[in-house]
Amino acid sequence: METLNKIWVFYRDGFREMTVGKTLWAIILIKLFIFFVVIKLLFFPNLLSRDYDNDQDRAEHVRKELTK
Amino acid sequence: MNDLTTVVDWSRWQFALTAIYHWLFVPLTLGLSVLVAIMESLYLKTKSEKWLLATKFWMRLFGINFAIGVATGIILEFEFGTNWSNYSWFVGDIFGAPLAIEGILAFFMESTFVAVMFFGWNKVSPRFHLAATWLTAIGASISALWILVANAWMQYPVGMEFDPEQMRNVMDNFWDLFSGIAVNKFFHAVFSGWALAGVFVIGVSCWFLWKKRNQEFALLSIKSAAWFGLAGLLLTMYTGDGSAVEVTKHQPMKLAAMEGLYHGQEGQGFTAVAILNPDKDWDNDENEYIFEIAIPKMLSILGRHDANAFIPGITDIIEGRDIINGDTVNTISYAERIERGKLAQAALRNYDAAMEKGDTSAMQAAKDELAKNFQFFGYGYFDNVKEAIPPVGVTFWTFRIMCFLGGYFLLFFVVVLFLVYRTHLMEKATWIQWIAMLSVPLMWVCSEAGWAVAEVGRQPWTVQDLLPTKAAISDIPASSVIVTFWLFAVVFTVLLIAEVSIMCRQISKESQKNLSTSKA
Repeated sequence: METLNKIWVFYRDGFREMTVGKTLWAIILIKLFIFFVVIKLLFFPNLLSRDYDNDQDRAEHVRKELTK
Repeated sequence: MNDLTTVVDWSRWQFALTAIYHWLFVPLTLGLSVLVAIMESLYLKTKSEKWLLATKFWMRLFGINFAIGVATGIILEFEFGTNWSNYSWFVGDIFGAPLAIEGILAFFMESTFVAVMFFGWNKVSPRFHLAATWLTAIGASISALWILVANAWMQYPVGMEFDPEQMRNVMDNFWDLFSGIAVNKFFHAVFSGWALAGVFVIGVSCWFLWKKRNQEFALLSIKSAAWFGLAGLLLTMYTGDGSAVEVTKHQPMKLAAMEGLYHGQEGQGFTAVAILNPDKDWDNDENEYIFEIAIPKMLSILGRHDANAFIPGITDIIEGRDIINGDTVNTISYAERIERGKLAQAALRNYDAAMEKGDTSAMQAAKDELAKNFQFFGYGYFDNVKEAIPPVGVTFWTFRIMCFLGGYFLLFFVVVLFLVYRTHLMEKATWIQWIAMLSVPLMWVCSEAGWAVAEVGRQPWTVQDLLPTKAAISDIPASSVIVTFWLFAVVFTVLLIAEVSIMCRQISKESQKNLSTSKA
């Protein structure tokens, strides 16, 4: 528990004392939101996972695609 | 316009755009992390405050680059699942295993120790802090290792067996993934990052000299960066030589495209300066170059480490001709490869039909037939041998840009080292300060050109000989790819502008402080 507390304080103080780091963290968070929420969810579905329930069907689809 | 062509082309452009942007950040992370770790080691050894201040300054710039660049590579994985779903499935765990290791081991290693690097000053012991700095640098390089192992497998697929039932390649020997191509590619990329970081640090330091701010700090940084960059560049050249041998062995078509060479010979020269003949094709008698200055025998030396070795050209490779140890050898012509590729695909269709009927003996017969010709599976998608030739012009010119800039930077490091050890020469010579500042973007051009050679030169393949881009693509509308292409172009451009502006602001702000001693 004491170790966990030390780690928490380490990160808390580190973030508090940041100067340029705050801008960078804002950029990182906005970027991750755009990547994982906007781009991934709206534009980049994993087609085989979305359209097929199991690996056998996915393999079947790819086999048809690659031999058509 | 043919929709398949449009989807393939836009998807390729999108992947190229994402990879190019991603690679703007990565080499600086790879190089600067090591340079900062060296500076901190020198601080711990000498206890000199100048090394501590230098470490902290360059660590801040490393942090900006790390923060902006982190996770830009994840977009490439999104594209695999959406635009290249046939490819993603086909490569199976071969590609997935190195990427998973990269994600779990290296990324978490970097993320953990990068926090100690930035938050740990005065909170952990100096030795533990130094260990964290080195582990961040090592973590970044290990991260690159897995990505480059996966990339190398696409250039030279080994260590797997294709399973027609699962429709994917199944790994049968993990260690085969560490082929000569993979090892050379890894070290070539990492050491080029060292050279790039060296040029970056020298360029920024020269801005300090030009502004007449913190000159002692700038000279210290230039000295360390010039030695570090020179070592990185020499090692990049050494591993580049290793890569040339591997490419000659496993991707001769790429080497021929890099040279614009159609008809090879024994003791083949290296084309130093040339203008390619746009009318030249593999099956006509036009000259390869409108104008050419070649270094005699150099390509044979580079490709096969033998001044008299034969290097096949595009036409030779297509027709299946090579000369090994003085004997003419018939390799497999592209016409035959196409024929055998079509046989492999027919066998796969037969396998599919037999599976639907539940005919196990027919399935086994089809599987055996497929295994016989699987090494040429991808050629079955071509109707004409010409489709298997990479874009010669782009490969030729990007290779020359990389080589000429590599030579320029060798001279650059030598000149900078000469001047920086001559008292006051570096501070007074504004011409070298300007050259150094202007050289910073040129180093990125060199680095990106290297990637263009590797990736354009292996076209039309996503997986060499097994899966061309046109078969790897998903069945999706072109419009969606066009929309996301421009979306990425905007997002990445904004990130790049943010990086450059935050970095410039930080450099300017820090330059106002005394970076030689905190006591002043």
